Amino acid sequence: MPAVVVQDLVKTFRVAERRPGLLGAMKGLFHREYHTVRALDGVGFSLQPGELVGYIGPNGAGKSTTVKVLAGILVPDSGRCEVLGQVPWQERVRHVRNIGVVFGQRTQLWWDLPVIESFDLLRDIYAVPQVQYAATRDELVALLGLGPLLDTPVRQLSLGQRMRCDIVASLLHRPALLFLDEPTIGLDAVSKLAVRDFLLRLQREQGVTTILTTHDMDDIEALCTRVILINHGSIAFDGTLEALRGRVTQERYLTVEFADGGAWRDEPDVTVVRSNGQRYTLSFDPRQIAAADLIARIAARYPVRDLLVENPPIETIIARLYDEDQP
Amino acid sequence: MADAVRLYTRYIGASLRAQMQYRASFIMNALGHLAITAGEFLSLAALFGRFGNIDGWTLPEVALFYGLVSCAFALCEGVARGFDDFSRTIRNGDFDRLLVRPRSTLLQVAGQELQLLRVGRFLQGLAVLIWSAATLGIAWTLPRILLVLGAVLGGVCLFYGLFVLQATLCFWTVQSLEVMNTLTYGGVETAQFPVTVYRAWFRNIFIYVVPLACVTYFPALAILDRADALGSPTWFQWLAPLVGVGFMALAPQVWHFGVRHYRSTGS
Amino acid sequence: MSAYLSTFQARGRVLLQYREAALAGVVTQLFWGGIRIMIYEAFYRSSSAAQPMSYAQTVTYLWLIQAMLLLVPWRVDPEAAASIRDGSVAYEMVRPADLYWYWFSRGLAQRVLPVLMRAAPIFIIAMPFFGMQAPVSAAAALAWVASIGAAALLSCAITMLATISLLWSVAGDGVSRLLATLASLLSGSVVPLPFYPDWAQPVLNALPFRGLMDIPFRVYTGDVTLGQWLPLLGHQLIWTAVLVLIGRWLLARGLRRLVVQGG
Repeated sequence: MPAVVVQDLVKTFRVAERRPGLLGAMKGLFHREYHTVRALDGVGFSLQPGELVGYIGPNGAGKSTTVKVLAGILVPDSGRCEVLGQVPWQERVRHVRNIGVVFGQRTQLWWDLPVIESFDLLRDIYAVPQVQYAATRDELVALLGLGPLLDTPVRQLSLGQRMRCDIVASLLHRPALLFLDEPTIGLDAVSKLAVRDFLLRLQREQGVTTILTTHDMDDIEALCTRVILINHGSIAFDGTLEALRGRVTQERYLTVEFADGGAWRDEPDVTVVRSNGQRYTLSFDPRQIAAADLIARIAARYPVRDLLVENPPIETIIARLYDEDQP
Repeated sequence: MADAVRLYTRYIGASLRAQMQYRASFIMNALGHLAITAGEFLSLAALFGRFGNIDGWTLPEVALFYGLVSCAFALCEGVARGFDDFSRTIRNGDFDRLLVRPRSTLLQVAGQELQLLRVGRFLQGLAVLIWSAATLGIAWTLPRILLVLGAVLGGVCLFYGLFVLQATLCFWTVQSLEVMNTLTYGGVETAQFPVTVYRAWFRNIFIYVVPLACVTYFPALAILDRADALGSPTWFQWLAPLVGVGFMALAPQVWHFGVRHYRSTGS
Repeated sequence: MSAYLSTFQARGRVLLQYREAALAGVVTQLFWGGIRIMIYEAFYRSSSAAQPMSYAQTVTYLWLIQAMLLLVPWRVDPEAAASIRDGSVAYEMVRPADLYWYWFSRGLAQRVLPVLMRAAPIFIIAMPFFGMQAPVSAAAALAWVASIGAAALLSCAITMLATISLLWSVAGDGVSRLLATLASLLSGSVVPLPFYPDWAQPVLNALPFRGLMDIPFRVYTGDVTLGQWLPLLGHQLIWTAVLVLIGRWLLARGLRRLVVQGG
């Protein structure tokens, strides 16, 4: 039986029009006009137990609305949704016992208290039996090496440390479904790696069904085998990451910073995506030329200060996907 | 229920331990509150210095009203902080967090903070109350003591209900909350005087709509043994604080209506 | 100068967005004014003793309090306070503008628009309906406008002192609170100053706080004649200048202390 089933989910919001200028502002004081936004327009998918799926899409595409519906926060206009055999927006209290939620930008820990006290409070909130609580906590703390942080007040933790503690906090009641909303947002590169590593181990050892929303393609690449892409309130793609990339483009970007600019000559196999002073971003197809060969060639011909190979940003991929959809 | 009470005490314990992290600023704040409320009372005394009385009520009599409402409001501000500050919870999006926890939202908001800070205002109100009782030579029988306690507790309940209503309003707007201040802070200001000094339409708001008179004016009449110019019977004056409890009992219904609105609009 | 001006304009646009809050504020102010006026009405009918102001003047004074309430320096500048608390004030020093005047102009901008947005509706509503009188003469009106301008500057100078005192962390916290308490009690915003006891009047007259409310209000109601007012305007301006000088001196000292401590 799937852990999550979603069918034809629709959610609309009424948004007040903002009129420009001082006169408009004065009018708005007395009379408002509204227009309707379809945040979810027939979303459907299902998840098997133990799956870790990346839920991606541009800002305002409907990601967080979907998560809010699945978490039981929002009631949709229409559509079917079952999480672990329950309709999330009915019997909120019973539903949320089975889920854990991490909001990347907001901690659920008590700011001025040591981490361990937040954990204890969550035990009371979720009414977890003491024996089970202690076992879960000790296991997670050992798994993630959080022992030394437990007595530190939350406000003194770094963002990355806090995020790891937040993730543990959301798992103390052993939820069967975990929502991770932007878990790496605002983290420095080292902390991002630590959090990803943590999530990978969690996935291996605990097998919690997880929905990960993120802007960071590297998160997806490191963690997810399956990607669901939402845009304009409906599912634009559902499959493996490779399939997504392959369907859209094979290209990679090489960003080069030259020691002195202006000497760029057209090279075979690459096109210039953009240039800014001494910085050039080149796109190439790894089927035509391997990244290592291209770098060797560029470095031999130009005075290079810095080099970086990356995937096209998610926004580019989505834009391409849409270009492709529209004939 | 017992479980809810236990969780509430756990929340409060956490809140107190958190506040103890800022001891110096806490003392400073509490003293600041004490100073401003004491200054306000002295200003009131200055008016009595000029006018002598207000509709036949003297300063020590008015001080009884003042003390009752100050104590009640200070206590309530302390325990209802989560609702008083609820607009911030909404704006931060922290209410979503409360919704994904398997507990009543009312309990979670109530447990958010127990603000010790209001102790300054409470002590000042208590001092005024004691000064008033001593000056007036009130005979402290057990029923009278119970009535004072009942009036203060009834007042706490009434203000608590108002704070819950104010918080409920946040589900629709966080911009016009100042209007609610007219009922909370404005209510405190109003209840510092006998309701008879106000014009009838205004007086009736605080008797029938927001029944603040039931937790100050009517019990104070019974404590002072004064006849009511409005003609209320003595038995009612003794029972009036219960109205405050009843007012609070209505608040959760409105709250749940607000939560339903929030869950359908997400704002 | 243009740096200060654009700070001013940006702040104004931000505040205009909170129009719903402004509307709520007006309703609140009318309500509060109503409560107070009913209380004074009761006091006046309870006593035949001679009072320092007539009932009509008192009502007008009370409405002016409601209209101008935001001139009371209740709080420190929240942005400046935050930058002091987290230490980023060090970066503010890098700006090519004098920090004192930068904060001062920001504070002035934060004050002027909200005060006007609250004052205008109260005049429009309280004058025809709730016994608020017009200024006693055109000259008094002009004097009032000038005095309100001076009050705004004075209010900013006091706010600056409170904000700057935060550089001395815990002690500063107490100082800023004390200043707010004194300002609200001794400016006339709680009870019109003439009602305080006669023995207290010389002290109230000497302190800077009456310049926030009492001086402009009494020239408006005619309780203070134009001849008496001119030296009072001097009182406002001199106190403002003195507080600015103290503020600048403290800011320089406080920042130096911060740098020395390596904060």
